[in-house]
Amino acid sequence: MYAYDELDRTLINERVSEFRDQVKRRLSGELTEDEFKMLRLQNGVYLQLHAYMLRVAIPYGTLSSKQLRRLAHVARRYDRGYGHFTTRQNIQFNWIKLAELPDALADLAEVGIHAMQTSGNNTRNVTSDQWAGVAPGEIEDPRIWSELLRQYTTLHPEFSFLPRKFKFAITASAHDRAAIKIHDIGLRLHRNADGETGFEVLVGGGLGRTPFIGKTIKPFVHGHDLLSYVEAILRVYNQYGRRDNIYKARIKILVHELGIEKFAKEVEEEWLQMRGSALAIDDSVIEDIRSRFAYPAYEKLPHMPDELKKAAHDPHFEAWRKNSVALHKVSGYAIVTLSLKPVGGPPGDATANQMDGLADLADKYSFGEIRVGHEQNLALPHVARRDLPALWRSLDKLGLATPNVNLVSDIIACPGLDYCSLANARSIPIAQELTRRFANHDTANLIGRLHINISGCINACGHHHVGHIGILGVEKNGEEFYQITIGGRADENAAVGTLIGPAVPYGEVADVVEDIVEAYLALRARPDELFVDTVKRLGVEPFRERVYATRQER
Amino acid sequence: MPLVKNGKITADAFVCVADDAPIPADGAILISAARFLDDPEALSRRGGPTGVIWPNNRDVDDLVPYLDRLAVVALVFPTFRDGRAYSQARLLRERYAYRGEMRATGQVLRDQFVFMLRAGFDAFEVKKASDAEAFASTSKRYSVFYQPTGDGRITALHRRMQLRHSESASQ
Repeated sequence: MYAYDELDRTLINERVSEFRDQVKRRLSGELTEDEFKMLRLQNGVYLQLHAYMLRVAIPYGTLSSKQLRRLAHVARRYDRGYGHFTTRQNIQFNWIKLAELPDALADLAEVGIHAMQTSGNNTRNVTSDQWAGVAPGEIEDPRIWSELLRQYTTLHPEFSFLPRKFKFAITASAHDRAAIKIHDIGLRLHRNADGETGFEVLVGGGLGRTPFIGKTIKPFVHGHDLLSYVEAILRVYNQYGRRDNIYKARIKILVHELGIEKFAKEVEEEWLQMRGSALAIDDSVIEDIRSRFAYPAYEKLPHMPDELKKAAHDPHFEAWRKNSVALHKVSGYAIVTLSLKPVGGPPGDATANQMDGLADLADKYSFGEIRVGHEQNLALPHVARRDLPALWRSLDKLGLATPNVNLVSDIIACPGLDYCSLANARSIPIAQELTRRFANHDTANLIGRLHINISGCINACGHHHVGHIGILGVEKNGEEFYQITIGGRADENAAVGTLIGPAVPYGEVADVVEDIVEAYLALRARPDELFVDTVKRLGVEPFRERVYATRQER
Repeated sequence: MPLVKNGKITADAFVCVADDAPIPADGAILISAARFLDDPEALSRRGGPTGVIWPNNRDVDDLVPYLDRLAVVALVFPTFRDGRAYSQARLLRERYAYRGEMRATGQVLRDQFVFMLRAGFDAFEVKKASDAEAFASTSKRYSVFYQPTGDGRITALHRRMQLRHSESASQ
């Protein structure tokens, strides 16, 4: 856990008091809605279909049990008893009253949580691998660099009014769990031939209306130069990014229109003039941040304790263990993923009681630490393997032991038309129906790893482009229709999915997905050939045929 | 529109001269970038101080050769959402060492003051009188800063390093 010091706390409190003043001026009419809109967005407040929505940052997906309890408190005190975890390591509260927002933020600030820059045209919450610091084979803990970037991007005096939103993600593992290739800047920590730590910098990834996979702008930027290089990118973007058309304002369009070589040259020229500036980071600064990440005092524990051997006879436990428990860098410990995708439930939602219960379990079994991943699931990062059976029983009581992590019902979905004022179509009921269709665990297991992502509009908050199966809600003559893509992925081999054919009506989406899955089961070369690999090998044609052969095209 | 300078509401000594109006021989004036670049030498020889209104979509490099002759560079925020002039301001102050008045114009509202001060602005044509009156309190709203800029405010990172240093020295 990163421990905030007095300076970090002071800044958050100053931000809360500024926002309190802004809300006061809005309520008194001193600020117009147009003026207030930008100010509230810079502090994570949206006006949705029914109410204001508050999006709270969980930087690089790390939470303490104390912080999680405070999120539960906010859900209970200011909202309707639940929160929604998003694809960018944020939590959203959907029913907050404007007049109470400053109090909610003040309550959160007491435990070092804020909502700064979780929306608006600025640098957003810096996200990272939810297994950071505990994944085996990691180069080093990417959260040290994430925190450095969090501080650097917070209330930046030059980049708080960018052409459009701007998102960073960092990974330090070979397997990318942070989806860095679909971010405005993606950073892959690695070591060069001299053993120095630095970053492959990718730029211009993003989804939305015009999806792009990020391109490498520089294969190695030394850690010392990270902030100056990032500043050079942001400065070029701030000056030359398009501001005439909101749909062409992201950096991905600038990179695309200039071409990566020309864009890289502009950045390089800018960077060379400021490389040695006050932004150069010396090792003592890195060490200072590193020293504030506390790691648990792990014990020496067996990999196969008796408790685990005994529990292996319980098929329910085994079903859960097989897809929820991952290897930890320390022998005898495990990383446990908690599915927020119960059968029939909205993906990513957690109730205040679940949050409180999980905070207690984190204290008991995970050194008081919880993680949040972009798949809208949670994780306990330091669980002794001997405690797995007991933890599982407790999680099951909380409704947090659905054994579907990475399976077909582990669906990513945006709030859609049930909440969002931008949406064209509903997302949550589609996800709920799919979890019911694939509720049989044996069938889901047979299908294997398959990610379904659902967005209720082209803004792609549900990352539909990079779902193995992507579902995008559109509106046709006042009715909800859905475009289906297949073959997308968000990991180190990120790709944008391919449309299989004409959009289908709301009532047919689940049938179509079942058809696609059945086609896959019939077509896969081996039981362990994943869905995405089959699509890659065969293309979309056999799937298209299967889906549309029996359906009249509209 | 009130002008805030040195933290206080001040009478504006500069007169804005339209592109088709004759340029007075004396007195402080502000003119457009196009007009200034038309004949910068002649303008530098006039009796009174000259300032230029520089649009936010034009590279400040074009202005650099004349910086030491300019009394004011006025940068433009067509709307408060358009943040290009923050980059221009930092470049002028930090890279090109411009020391004259740097004025924020356009939609300048209270909630941008801290950002603007940090970027190097020292004069503000504020849209609303109430915002101009609140300048002093608003500009003191923050005491912690994460980024190094040319305004010289010490960053949180450096304060921490100093604290560490003094702690270890006293042990």
